[in-house]
Amino acid sequence: MTDDKLILGGHEFSSRFILGSGKYSLDLIKAAVEQAGAQIITLALRRANSESGNILDHIPEGITLLPNTSGARNAQEAVRIARLARECGCGDFVKIEIMRDSKYLLPDNYETIRATEILAKEGFVVLPYMYPDLNVARDLVNAGAAAVMPLGAPIGSNKGLATREFIKILIQEIDLPIIVDAGIGRPSQACEAMEMGAAAVMANTAIATAGDIPAMAEAFKKAIEAGRTAYLSGLGRVIDKGASASSPLTGFLYQ
Amino acid sequence: MLYINGEPDDTGTPVTILALLQSRNLRPERVAVECNGVIIRRAAFSDTLVNDGDRIEIVHFVGGG
Repeated sequence: MTDDKLILGGHEFSSRFILGSGKYSLDLIKAAVEQAGAQIITLALRRANSESGNILDHIPEGITLLPNTSGARNAQEAVRIARLARECGCGDFVKIEIMRDSKYLLPDNYETIRATEILAKEGFVVLPYMYPDLNVARDLVNAGAAAVMPLGAPIGSNKGLATREFIKILIQEIDLPIIVDAGIGRPSQACEAMEMGAAAVMANTAIATAGDIPAMAEAFKKAIEAGRTAYLSGLGRVIDKGASASSPLTGFLYQ
Repeated sequence: MLYINGEPDDTGTPVTILALLQSRNLRPERVAVECNGVIIRRAAFSDTLVNDGDRIEIVHFVGGG
């Protein structure tokens, strides 16, 4: 399975773990990226008032930067943030994140479609974070998204695949990579998303709030790889009732 | 008076973007700059002057998910 690649906007990745960089020490970022085997890391864009340790100095060479548009409340603000992020010289990737609601941090799907359309036309590789709705996912495809990033549960909640059934529908019906983006709290949940056929998993808080951050990054890496291999292998069937012996039902000693 | 990242700033004008960054110990290769809502290209930092009343945004990357 060495040629099993994640392809986003024509770029190939062998890792299917997108790592977040929020809420933990800059000093741990390099170790987390390495232990995660991650090739893509998310970042946020904020006002710079002084140079107190720049995160770019802590990210290993060759890692693709995926700036988000957090803080944007509508498409126009997201477009502005994306354009500024590109000026920082980070490449053309952008994760669109538009929220009107600060309690549950739920994405505004309508504004997300609008921003995707504008930014895809400007040549960005657009990865929109969204609430898993099939109609919206289809609109995102038509708007030029490079992948669709449905949430598993509210951002930072570590509650896992609360939207499991709806993510399955997207995996079934949408031809772009489906990357489960928020709420994944444990390696087992990341593994399940991958077993379902998700193309990748993005995690931040699960790593940032773990006891040993690089070690948890490694645990997620292994879980994501295991889930991917399981998906490609084809999961064994489930039986409705009774049991099905795994050992032969002949040749018993008492026969 | 300039407004930098939403705060009034009494740096004398006109002044180049590059000088503004240097006075704040910000590396030009690590930031993006907007003047009155228009992005200023990095290559133009050294010869773009900002004037009284201009609203400047200076942004950079931080950790995020």
